[in-house]
Amino acid sequence: MKSFKQHSGLVAPMDRANVDTDMIIPKQFLKSIKRSGFGPNLFDELRYLDEGFPDQDNSQRPLNRDFPLNQPRFKGASILLARENFGCGSSREHAPWALDDYGFRVVIASSFADIFYNNCFKNGLLPIVLSKDIIDSLFIALEANEGYELLVDLQQQSVNLPDSSSISFEIDAFYKQCLLDGVDEIGLTLQDGGQIRAFEQQWRKNSPWLFDAL
Amino acid sequence: MAGLTLYDKLWDSHLVKQRDDGSALLYIDRHLLHEVTSPQAFEGLRIAGRKPWRIDANLATADHNVPTTTSERAGGIAAITDKVARIQVQTLDDNCEAFGITEYKMNDAGQGIVHVIGPEQGATLPGMTVVCGDSHTATHGALGALAHGIGTSEVEHVLASQCLVAQKMKNMLVRVDGVLGVGVTAKDVVLAVIAHLGTAGGTGYAIEFGGEVFRRMSMEGRMTVCNMAIEAGARVGMVGVDEITLDYVKGRKFAPTGELWERAVANWQTLHSDDDAEFDAVIEFQGEAIEPQVSWGTSPEMVLPVNGVVPDPEQMDDPVKREGASRALDYMDLKAGQKLTDIQVDRVFIGSCTNSRIEDLRAAAAVAKGRRVAANVKQVLIVPGSQAVKVQAEAEQLDQIFIDAGMEWREPGCSMCLAMNADKLGAGEHCASTSNRNFEGRQGNGGRTHLVSPAMAAAAAVTGHFIDVRELMASETA
Ligand code: SF4
Repeated sequence: MKSFKQHSGLVAPMDRANVDTDMIIPKQFLKSIKRSGFGPNLFDELRYLDEGFPDQDNSQRPLNRDFPLNQPRFKGASILLARENFGCGSSREHAPWALDDYGFRVVIASSFADIFYNNCFKNGLLPIVLSKDIIDSLFIALEANEGYELLVDLQQQSVNLPDSSSISFEIDAFYKQCLLDGVDEIGLTLQDGGQIRAFEQQWRKNSPWLFDAL
Repeated sequence: MAGLTLYDKLWDSHLVKQRDDGSALLYIDRHLLHEVTSPQAFEGLRIAGRKPWRIDANLATADHNVPTTTSERAGGIAAITDKVARIQVQTLDDNCEAFGITEYKMNDAGQGIVHVIGPEQGATLPGMTVVCGDSHTATHGALGALAHGIGTSEVEHVLASQCLVAQKMKNMLVRVDGVLGVGVTAKDVVLAVIAHLGTAGGTGYAIEFGGEVFRRMSMEGRMTVCNMAIEAGARVGMVGVDEITLDYVKGRKFAPTGELWERAVANWQTLHSDDDAEFDAVIEFQGEAIEPQVSWGTSPEMVLPVNGVVPDPEQMDDPVKREGASRALDYMDLKAGQKLTDIQVDRVFIGSCTNSRIEDLRAAAAVAKGRRVAANVKQVLIVPGSQAVKVQAEAEQLDQIFIDAGMEWREPGCSMCLAMNADKLGAGEHCASTSNRNFEGRQGNGGRTHLVSPAMAAAAAVTGHFIDVRELMASETA
């Protein structure tokens, strides 16, 4: 996975609760057998006024000018500010792939759906949970200040505001280390290959019906 | 010391290693694959030069993208008109062949929606850990298995190591006692539960469904309920093993037989929560109080009994809820105070991993029998969950009942549940759907989904609007 240590960037708003993964990347784009190229179709149904298809020239499509990512002030944003239960619904990893491909490195929300949250880490995207009150205040600050930027420091577990105050966040120790090091998670697991084999042999003895049936 | 929950038992028995940082390596018994979330995982394996750890743990099928018309299916993969879908279905075949993974290809007798065929073929069994790159994997928890959805990177991880890096969830018990009324089904129960819990209420929990209602419920019903645990935010839904479970599993293609069956049963009989198990959260319902449900909004928690009215966002205290509800009413083109039974239906979809099993089709057929699709309804799709369900339904001549009623009898697949193939809603159309998600655009750009049970969907099809299916049942007996 990509490593993540520190990131400073422009913030864009996604001001609604329960943003589901269908909304982040609609199903017609899941037909791709690749991992990249989803950025132009991130939030497709909100971003464009017509219906999108895979392999289309997106630059020719009519834009929904009301959608924040289409507004000049949020051009180049790399931190997404969202609300509760972000990433609910389908387990598609295409959702973090699309966010990453678009250029986002951090998503801040008051809560995340479990599978999406997991999927973020596999792709060097940092999901940060902050309290509802803090999220509210960030939305207000973002609205009021053009060019609103944040500095996120994973080592320190802090989000640093333009007024040089800082907010700390919680993160699981394992995920934090994986992100900081940019580890190959599979490689890490396979270091325990001997232990997995030993478990498997015992398990086969206990529950032989779970093996060799297919 | 308090006893163990079913989830605790399954977790403990599959724990390979508890790491110091709180994460754990969990051994995976069954890994299900489909064409949408697997290609990038196989590609990852190839790039890293890795091989699958244990081939016989994997089972694949093509379901999300496959066409459902008999004519398009007859031509095989080459005849799939959508080029991108064709490549994806072909890629699954190629990957399974290259790695030696058992696959039910598009027109094989065992093919179907991945969550329908697992239990049906005995490929998912009690006591297993089951994962799949699909959030509705919770379905298999109905068998007393620990089953949940994973992302594509995890698909690759499981392929390569037979393990998942996991963290233990909290335990929640959803208890429904009493009995369900006539015309009230598993789908209504789970929709009522989600309405109460909210779409994030189960986040971080493994939900066990307990109580009399689930004890009496068929395996098909339990699968419907566990299937939708994710719609309450919980990755895992499960029901303890009992005689109904064992009866269901016995004789299935990949289920153990003879002496192995006896040993397995002895083991499976321990797969329920201990009487003194402690749950982190308990939610209780009374079966008699649950009525047929209809969703009115764009999130599965936006659901009400069919005789209710569309809620008024202005009356909601929570500003985020109010905003969400008024956005939903705009999208759905509904007005506060409008009766749910006044909503006209343009299309009806009976299918999906939630409600496409034989019992679901029987329930829909019972309502459709001797009736005709209402004039304002453009299309009613009946999509069996698997080839085996299709064969069984045809043996019972359910297909003829549907066809006589003016409905379309299709080939197995996900179909209009997520509209990756040609089966989709037009913009603005209202659909009575037995699927699991009513998100904006889920069934087609601009489409408006109302989640209901198969009987309620059939009732909407023949009357042209939502109606309490019990009224149609009453007129039959009158
Ligand atoms: S039927 Fe729908 S929910 Fe189920 S696996 Fe297919 S697309 Fe997913």
